[in-house]
Amino acid sequence: MRLLVAIVALAAAGGASSQESKVVLKEAPGRDKAMQCLACHSIDYIPMNSRFLDKAGWTASINKMINAFGAPIPKEDVETIANYLSQNYGKPAQK
Amino acid sequence: MGATGRFHSRRRMLSGAAALAALGALPRAMAAPVGGSGELGFGEIPDGTLAEQSLFALPGKVPLIKKTYRPPNFETPIEYFRTPITPNKAFFVRYHLAGIPQVKAKDWFLSVAGDAAAGLAPLSLDQLKREFKAHEVTAVCQCSGNRRGLFDPHVPGVEWGVGAMGNAVWRGARLKDLLARAGVRKEAVEIVFDGADHAPLDKTPDFVKSLPVDVAMSDDVLVAYEMNGQPLPHWNGFPVRLVVPGWTGTYWVKQLASVKAMSSPEKNFWMSTAYRLPRGRFKTPTFASQLYAPNEPITTMVVNSLITSLKAGQQVARGKPIEVKGVAWDSGAGIERVEVSTDLGASWQRATLGKDLGRYSFREFSAAPLAREPGGMVVMARATSRSGETQVDQLVHNPAGYHHNVIQRVYIEVA
Repeated sequence: MRLLVAIVALAAAGGASSQESKVVLKEAPGRDKAMQCLACHSIDYIPMNSRFLDKAGWTASINKMINAFGAPIPKEDVETIANYLSQNYGKPAQK
Repeated sequence: MGATGRFHSRRRMLSGAAALAALGALPRAMAAPVGGSGELGFGEIPDGTLAEQSLFALPGKVPLIKKTYRPPNFETPIEYFRTPITPNKAFFVRYHLAGIPQVKAKDWFLSVAGDAAAGLAPLSLDQLKREFKAHEVTAVCQCSGNRRGLFDPHVPGVEWGVGAMGNAVWRGARLKDLLARAGVRKEAVEIVFDGADHAPLDKTPDFVKSLPVDVAMSDDVLVAYEMNGQPLPHWNGFPVRLVVPGWTGTYWVKQLASVKAMSSPEKNFWMSTAYRLPRGRFKTPTFASQLYAPNEPITTMVVNSLITSLKAGQQVARGKPIEVKGVAWDSGAGIERVEVSTDLGASWQRATLGKDLGRYSFREFSAAPLAREPGGMVVMARATSRSGETQVDQLVHNPAGYHHNVIQRVYIEVA
């Protein structure tokens, strides 16, 4: 079902759909869970919002997607996705 | 000049010097990224944004700066702001929801109804053009979040540079004429607008916006079917969009399908939660029926300008005039003056204004200060509206990243 939603959305995007698949998330633990974001939007939203959010910032973004936009992300995945995003697309540690 | 005035001068000089130092530290051999804001004399967009974005042409468009593919968010490159009218093919694209139907003109109908109106039978495009007098307005459409990427500290969202805006000649029927025919009653407080776009998921709030009834009834608000003498591009709302001169782009609903006159405020996510500002932080008009929360909706644009003729690090010849050109705009008072400084804001000279295309339009400006001394120089431009509003020295921060109108500071080298 989730895949179907993603396909329908891709079709609606028209000419940009083939380009969209060229945006690839970094390989790291949790990436598969983060790919759920594709149901509603292209994955470039993630690198675009980097690197300035810490884990709390990314958690707030994920919760906004779930609570405000109705993203069907299981609660138990939130921590995994937040870790993945903050470690790979998060604010660099203070030097 | 009193103590306060001196303080402001010094602060301007310090921030100019800081900008100069920061720009000087940039590595020179870096590969040229697309759509950076640092090279325009602003704080840089996030490094991840700069690395990800590239030029890409949507069907019917020239290559624009791709922020996101789905929903499509594409920014106009700066070269298209060197004329006061932004070409349709280069006009920015901004969507919240990925379901964007290809609407055919013959299939389009507009419903005008609501609990505070008698209502109308759905209008066809032909009827809209034939039965309502056409009006034109030249107006800037600017995304509320234009320049969000320049915020320091950065805030999440679409990380726009300077090009989530455009200026066009819009032609269409007056919304007030449609509302009059639909028999809007006195109890109407807001007019509510819905477009044909939709979210991939049913649970996502549909993009629905509202305006205060007095704004919706003003002469300049159009139900527009033409942009610069052509039908609207698909990506800019074909066949019909709302045009709300002076108000930020969020209210300019694309692929307009429904207009409702309502006796109570619209409280969906896009009105009650998104597009809000801390109350009272800006001197823009309030939206009286939407003040049920601690924050308030964004309403009209703040005065702003953009230098389009210079890039940071550019070399200019000593003893020659520096070509400083650009555009300025505000929410509809009109541009009173644009001033240019080359001494970190200690003194300002008036730029020459271009042709007045109307109070909601971009206004071109040009100045030619002399490059007297060799070395670094910071060129600044500051627009002031006819209502006395002027651009700010320091960012007025707000959580959603709206209303960035900080004075631009372009560092150049005189040799």
